[in-house]
Amino acid sequence: MIKAEQKPIDELISYLEPYNKILLSGCGACVTVCHCGGEKEVALLASSLKMARNSGGKKLEIIERTPARQCEPEFAMELAEIIGSVDAVLSLSCGVGVQTLARQFKSTVIMPGVNTVFMGETIAHGLWEERCQACGNCILEKTGGVCPVARCAKQLMNGPCGGSSQGICEIKRETDCAWQLIYDRLKALGQLAKLSEMIPAKNWGTESRDKGPRRIIREDLKI
Amino acid sequence: MKAGSNLEKVLSAGHFALTSELGPPKGNDVGVIQKKVDFLRGNVDAVNVTDNQTAIVRMSSIAACSFVIKMGMEPVMQMVCRDRNRIAMQSDIFGATALGIRNIICLTGDHHMFGNQVNAKNVHDLDSVQLIDMVRNMRDNHTLLGGEDKIEGDIDMFIGGAANPFADPFEFRALRAAKKAAAGMDFIQTQCIYDMNRFREWMKMMRDLGVHEKVHILAGITPMKSAGMARYMAKNVSGIIIPDALIDRMSKAQKGADEGIKICVEQIQELREIEGVHGIHLMAIEWEHMVGRIAEEAGLLPRPQLA
Amino acid sequence: MFNPKIVAFCCEQSGIPAAEMSRAMQLGPALKSAPSLNLDIRPVPCAGRVETVHLLTALEQGADGVLIFACHEENCQYRRGNIRAKSRLLYAKTLLERIGMEKERLEICNLATNSGVKFSEVVTEKVEQLRKLGPNKFSQLSSEVGKE
Repeated sequence: MIKAEQKPIDELISYLEPYNKILLSGCGACVTVCHCGGEKEVALLASSLKMARNSGGKKLEIIERTPARQCEPEFAMELAEIIGSVDAVLSLSCGVGVQTLARQFKSTVIMPGVNTVFMGETIAHGLWEERCQACGNCILEKTGGVCPVARCAKQLMNGPCGGSSQGICEIKRETDCAWQLIYDRLKALGQLAKLSEMIPAKNWGTESRDKGPRRIIREDLKI
Repeated sequence: MKAGSNLEKVLSAGHFALTSELGPPKGNDVGVIQKKVDFLRGNVDAVNVTDNQTAIVRMSSIAACSFVIKMGMEPVMQMVCRDRNRIAMQSDIFGATALGIRNIICLTGDHHMFGNQVNAKNVHDLDSVQLIDMVRNMRDNHTLLGGEDKIEGDIDMFIGGAANPFADPFEFRALRAAKKAAAGMDFIQTQCIYDMNRFREWMKMMRDLGVHEKVHILAGITPMKSAGMARYMAKNVSGIIIPDALIDRMSKAQKGADEGIKICVEQIQELREIEGVHGIHLMAIEWEHMVGRIAEEAGLLPRPQLA
Repeated sequence: MFNPKIVAFCCEQSGIPAAEMSRAMQLGPALKSAPSLNLDIRPVPCAGRVETVHLLTALEQGADGVLIFACHEENCQYRRGNIRAKSRLLYAKTLLERIGMEKERLEICNLATNSGVKFSEVVTEKVEQLRKLGPNKFSQLSSEVGKE
């Protein structure tokens, strides 16, 4: 899922400086799973923010709401009835949710409370790592289920580079060399032959946002 | 002849080749290049001109190569995938060949985290294998990547690639070199060798795959200047293995530099005996003035003068 | 004299019996002057029931200090409830630090059923400490509007 982390509270306090009553909206999906923007985190942040403002003598009123998702207009509209009564919205959803709200509520200030970081896997409770960069042309069939776009620091299609040592990437001790992982997986599956063919140059134009925001259109689903 | 460079002629004629390396200045002081060329001229067949090595900003390889030619030596231009996209790369290759550069070595490039511009955007539009394939295509099919656009003029490049018998996964290293050979690589320069046993094992794998017959392999050597340098490299540089016996010899020596050169000459002589090794790539980093002496003591002088 | 308000989340296996014992034994100067001791005991079935947000809202709503009384680390009847409580308290301390509040206002204490003496000692020390720190400037007397 999408993984994010809360922005430092000083930054949030500075965003909220001009406002006295805000909606603090969480999201029941991805940010709940990575513990930065769900109902619990909303309650915790609300308490911290109120206390911080109390100590400065400028009370902050916070309405807390956590819709199931914020990235779809129907869910965002759940907030419509309260939006009119607040000065601004601090949204703990990922960047998509913030932008969805901004598009729905044109005359309300919508601000992000988290930094959306990556799409990743929950490796253990409290530990998440990047796994996918939405390149738009999945090559996991060729690489034994390990992605070199997301996991190789140089995004090599025909790795490893000369810096792979004992399965570790040369730039970070904590990072596995993606190509060592690919090699091990293909070997275990008896598919090493896949590595003899060169994977040709990538179409970064369609396989990233280099040509602007991408779209998927399903004519059959349009109402 | 694919490109007609001196290096290609030396190797094609069956001579044991010798190349070296120089780093361009961290600015535009051409005097730095002049000094290094003056030490190397006549002692090697061609000299690699590095491309922002370890991601530290230096004069571009292409510019430095053109000075090297003016100063009377043949360069091997290095091109890394880290800093340029395919547009810039093909454009630079047009320019390079127009300037008379006839050798190119295609590398991934050290990660920019090691350098002095750590917040840069990583390019890696292509990887080294795809780059080799692209240059081969430019040379043999006269088209840009994609095969559509015709190139005006001939792109005569002798194409090299790197190989590291000391990185992991070890069993895959020879296969990866074979992949580069299939993509169009003409010659290999290996990472510097200290662990002879491992190098021999890798050479055997290369011979088993038949790569030694398709590609000229130049064994990489870096002379050690001191025991401190030996220890530092063993500990800090990824992809280099230095056996304890060598570190020991360096530590016990009276004069580290002389011992380092002695070891280097011994290594050259040993490597010459290995089937499939067609030359030496001598990386005497900031020690260019020693290249002549090493070449002399290893019996590699004079270099062949070919038409 | 400033009389700090303390909220104490007490595990029913250890904290509550210890509190009752200390009351029965009339221990400690703070407890002897019982009418002026502002101690709000909140029983929980296990310290693990205490969430990070409970610690913060207690401070927000006027507590000067918050304590958790939990069983000794190897003794939790719900396996790791007391360990979870400790991580949450440590996390709450980092949140307090970030907004400039003294993290000493939060503390966890591990004890057993019969630790009446320890209970009163901890409370007494906390009262003294909080007197020195002064009242909680971050609390709010009016509650927020529209809470779910």
